[in-house]
Amino acid sequence: MTTNVGEVAGPRHGRAPQRPPKSRTVRIGRLDLKLSPYLFVAPFFLLFAVFGAYPLVYTAILSTRKNTLTGGDAGFVGFANYTKVLQDEHFWIVIGNTFGLFIVSTVPQLVLALLIASWLNKKMQARTLIRMGVLIPNITSVAAVGIVFGLIFADRYGLANWLIQSVGLHPVEWRNHRWSSWTAIAFMVDWRWTGYNALIYLAAMQAIPKELYESASLDGAGAARRFWRITVPLIQPTILFTVIISTIGGMQLFTEPLLFNYGRIQGGSLNEFQTVAMYIYETTFTNNFNVGRGAAISWLLFLIILIFALINFALVRRSVKGTSS
Amino acid sequence: MSTMTPVRPQPQGAPQKPKGRVRSASASLWEASPLTYLALILTIVLSIFPIVWSFIVASRDNSAVTDIPPPLYPGPNFFDNAQRVLDNTDANFVYGLINSAIVSSAVTLSVVFFSTLAGFAFAKLRFRGKNALLLIIILTMMIPTQVNIIPLYLLMVKFDWTNTLQAVIVPFLVKGFGVFMIRQYAESAISDELIEAARVDGASTWRTYWSVVLPALRPAAAVLGLLTFMETWNDFLWPYVVLNGDTPTVQVSLNILATGYYKTDYVQVFTGTALAIVPLLLVFIVFGRQIIGGIMEGSVKA
Repeated sequence: MTTNVGEVAGPRHGRAPQRPPKSRTVRIGRLDLKLSPYLFVAPFFLLFAVFGAYPLVYTAILSTRKNTLTGGDAGFVGFANYTKVLQDEHFWIVIGNTFGLFIVSTVPQLVLALLIASWLNKKMQARTLIRMGVLIPNITSVAAVGIVFGLIFADRYGLANWLIQSVGLHPVEWRNHRWSSWTAIAFMVDWRWTGYNALIYLAAMQAIPKELYESASLDGAGAARRFWRITVPLIQPTILFTVIISTIGGMQLFTEPLLFNYGRIQGGSLNEFQTVAMYIYETTFTNNFNVGRGAAISWLLFLIILIFALINFALVRRSVKGTSS
Repeated sequence: MSTMTPVRPQPQGAPQKPKGRVRSASASLWEASPLTYLALILTIVLSIFPIVWSFIVASRDNSAVTDIPPPLYPGPNFFDNAQRVLDNTDANFVYGLINSAIVSSAVTLSVVFFSTLAGFAFAKLRFRGKNALLLIIILTMMIPTQVNIIPLYLLMVKFDWTNTLQAVIVPFLVKGFGVFMIRQYAESAISDELIEAARVDGASTWRTYWSVVLPALRPAAAVLGLLTFMETWNDFLWPYVVLNGDTPTVQVSLNILATGYYKTDYVQVFTGTALAIVPLLLVFIVFGRQIIGGIMEGSVKA
């Protein structure tokens, strides 16, 4: 219809009256309008139902059953798997490790990211190149990071120990202590994620009106004061956002500690750096292949993440309200 | 600004600039100082050092790993070492690279297609239950993969899919994050008039999606595609659980090299690492600007 030149050029008079009534196309058109949206979103929900929702529910069911990969299903046991897990000292060790590693890695990571973002938030030459340089660790695979840093933190001939010895200190046995293994693993995590978070902070900082800084500087506020009094409060929602993302990631930490100790799932001879995720794997896919117990730990992990996320959401809500009003 | 001037009529900075505004003061606030450059260069050196180091070791022989101080320039052996890695029948690296290319491409195409389809519907079409469904999608983003691994594994056993590529493709064909991201972009990037015009022209909803919406969504779709490709290429835990050395992805091959029989052959391990990084490095060099833009925009909108 619009291909008709005269009609396009001339003024439109509502509906074209000369159009013959095509009831069938109209009906198809209406059906199309009604059905298409559902057809468009259906693939997501169908696939999610099979590979997302069903496993989630099935994990819950499995966690109430005595079930091993080798012995098969041996019936309903209620919360026995959960009570066994909660009474197991091993579980509390890996919980402590996971939280400890999360804090040891996340706090310096986010502080450093804030700092780098404030450096990036200036007029400069080769802007894209510099940003790419900051982000590049994030595109390398976790496995590669684990392997390369595993050797950087090797006890003998490792680069880290070489640096330590060159300033006159004793070399560290990285895998034999809690503090040293946590430091090394936090290093890997932070190396990979600091630049990514810096870019997210940069995006938030760019949204702050420049006049705020200018008037503050005219009032005599120095760089540090401007940073803590203007930048940090105004990007607080973004900071909380990165905390949520880091929490979800940190609670699932797996590959770095695994490859740090050359693939050993126990993470250190006394489980010094075994995380919950590694413990799930160890319980389910090694030793007794205890699927039921593994499922129970999985659900506990999910609950922990959920609680964390909800707390964070509440904080975000409050802070957003606080800054926008 | 004007309220400030009476208090401090003459800021002590050099008043050479003829334009009377606060230009000089504000420019010094935003111009990167040499110290800023130095700090950033240091950051970048730390960022690329492990990557550069693994490439350097990969181009030398086994003594390079233990050399103190570390070697700072590449040696002549990269291609010999690469040949050795590719010939290693346990790690199956060639297969790993090919499989990863297949898996990452398939997942990327699918995620982009289904995300644009659903994202468009959520942003621009009217239907009942829309908000509730969108909320579900946002909630799905919070389910960690770890939690689903056991039943997913049992499902793969039931389908007889362990050690097949389907196992690492099919469960990841859709992604809540993708739908959400495209929806946010489509809300502002596609005007209602555009959709209306397509309808007046007699285009079906599918036709509208394919010839009007999809082209308009191209920037966001490209970013989503890049992020998905990199994420899939780098994924470790699930391939580690469900695949073995017969059908590896490149990360599984890498893991076999680094933790198995060959783990003390550092040059092989590092060469494998370098080979696994190269494809993504190329993607990053070509599309770095878009990837950075995507990460920054995504965070503001989320």
